[in-house]
Amino acid sequence: MALQDVCGLQTPPLFPQWSAPLSQSFMPEDSTHLFGEGIHGEAFSTRLPGRGALSPLEFYMPIAEYLTQSPINFGQISLSSAPTNLLKIDHQHPSLPSISLPSPTPYSISPSVPLPFTLSHGTTTLGFAFQGGVIAAADTRSSCSGKVACPASPKVLPIHSHLVGTTSGTSADCALWKRILARELRLYQLRHRRRLSTGGAAKLLSHMLHPFKGTELCVAATLCGWDGDEEKDEQPITEKYANTPTTQLAASDSCIQSAATQPFIAAPAVCKSPTQQVVKPRSGICGPRVVYVCSDGLRLQGELFSVGSGSPYAYSILDSSVYWGMSVQEAASVAREAVYRATYRDAYSGNNVDLYHVTAKGWRRRERENLKEEYYREKERERKRVAERKTEKIAILKCDDRDIV
Amino acid sequence: MISSQAYGDNGKMKEYHYSGPVEHKFSPYAFNGGTVLAVAGEDFALVASDTRLSEGYSIHSRDSPKCYKLTDTTVIGCSGFHGDCLTLTKIIEARLKMYKHSNNKSMTSGAIAAMLSTILYGRRFFPYYVYNIIGGLDEEGRGAVYSFDPVGSYQRDSYKAGGSASAMLQPLLDNQIGFKNMENVEQLPLTLEKAVQLVKDVFISAAERDVYTGDALKICIITKEGIREELVPLRKD
Repeated sequence: MALQDVCGLQTPPLFPQWSAPLSQSFMPEDSTHLFGEGIHGEAFSTRLPGRGALSPLEFYMPIAEYLTQSPINFGQISLSSAPTNLLKIDHQHPSLPSISLPSPTPYSISPSVPLPFTLSHGTTTLGFAFQGGVIAAADTRSSCSGKVACPASPKVLPIHSHLVGTTSGTSADCALWKRILARELRLYQLRHRRRLSTGGAAKLLSHMLHPFKGTELCVAATLCGWDGDEEKDEQPITEKYANTPTTQLAASDSCIQSAATQPFIAAPAVCKSPTQQVVKPRSGICGPRVVYVCSDGLRLQGELFSVGSGSPYAYSILDSSVYWGMSVQEAASVAREAVYRATYRDAYSGNNVDLYHVTAKGWRRRERENLKEEYYREKERERKRVAERKTEKIAILKCDDRDIV
Repeated sequence: MISSQAYGDNGKMKEYHYSGPVEHKFSPYAFNGGTVLAVAGEDFALVASDTRLSEGYSIHSRDSPKCYKLTDTTVIGCSGFHGDCLTLTKIIEARLKMYKHSNNKSMTSGAIAAMLSTILYGRRFFPYYVYNIIGGLDEEGRGAVYSFDPVGSYQRDSYKAGGSASAMLQPLLDNQIGFKNMENVEQLPLTLEKAVQLVKDVFISAAERDVYTGDALKICIITKEGIREELVPLRKD
């Protein structure tokens, strides 16, 4: 089972041929060897005697191995113990890898190898739930050490037909972990014949990121989705499916080549409570849901989240304008305004706004809007206001003159 | 290998004066310079790179191009640390062969890009210090450019510059190919001849102002007829 694989519970191996023997040799140059050993690979293997494979992705971690095997010390404190110590770990303890190690690992304090470059950071993303579904919005600027690495990067990534995730932090981490999450959700759907709920997906992502707590991995995602009641999807769907997600997929990013395209085979679940009426928030298992997941391990469910360097500015707009009963147009314009205001004040956010709306029928994407036009419109409005005030002032002064006379 | 403590963020030398005792640690990375550029057109793609290989104040080679041909429709440009560039291209070529043998067809540009992303991310905690740009034709025959960061984040663009002079070239490309920040301008589609001329001009400018770019320019032009190469001399000082 995907969840159990990832969370490291004791289960018999589903794919026995995947069990890699616990070996001390590592092949740093061969990244095709998908089941190579890293420090986490070894620790996982020792925790679960039946399993050898690390589930989501194999990582090459240059910590203990090269320090003990290679004569060149990569500038870290030397670990005197040999890797054989790890084999003596008590299998009954589902402890964290760092506790099993003989001495504290350097990578939890600083990067193991000092990098000569920086990775992309800085953003404004937001997500909130209301009666008409969930809105997820983000800017599109991806910056790297003071320069704009990409002015048109997609920060809201669809994961499956009813789940969209906003990404903040290192863009490579966010893109890859979203891909991994999409794959695991698809596997879950195939195995259990129902979509995993947003809360479940958030839990899965949080548990997948947990082994990397303390490393420089940085992912802060807001999962925005609609949880449906799958058993009831035999209901005749009377509303016509305008803008079904399948057409939007062609327009959305081709670089996310995950199984996100597959879930359309399953009929989109229609929630029992109609979306036109005002629905009680958090009505059981059905309805819009927003969950925030962070690579620190934080997982929060709420109705409104904004993440990134521009989030304080976005929060000020959202806190004053978002309420449960708002209409879809209102929600979209509030989200857009919040991102616009954040890009206005935050140097690391800018360029365009991406807006996604998730309902019971799936997600819909609005056309990416360039904020440059908005700045010019704002300037024009300000200019007009200034001109008006000037004419008013002159009119008042003229009246005063006449009174005196 | 000279320690990377002597280099700033982007690999340029930073210490010119003695500022007290400094502890030098061994660094597995070095910065070998070089600039790569890729442009995608309606039915063509260009990948261009300079051919200078440098390190610190020295030039190791004047004839070390940074474009590598992967398939008949895809070329990759890699700049950064030359050791990692060589290893990465070897790994990509091996994976391409494996794919060809098991699936009986060549990998498409999009597939190569997705695969490279996972290869790079597999080394998330000890990255390949390489800035990659893939240029090629997609399944429909249109030009495609995929740009990467060292840990595997990528997306499809129509033009991208990477490497030491990227910060100088990218704004120029934004203006000339993307027509950004220009008002009332007729947006003509980019022809192959105009693109090649633009790339030559842009590299001549880069060689003027960036010390790590120069010697010669190699352009790989990818069309449905195949891959054609052009070599243009640049300044050697």
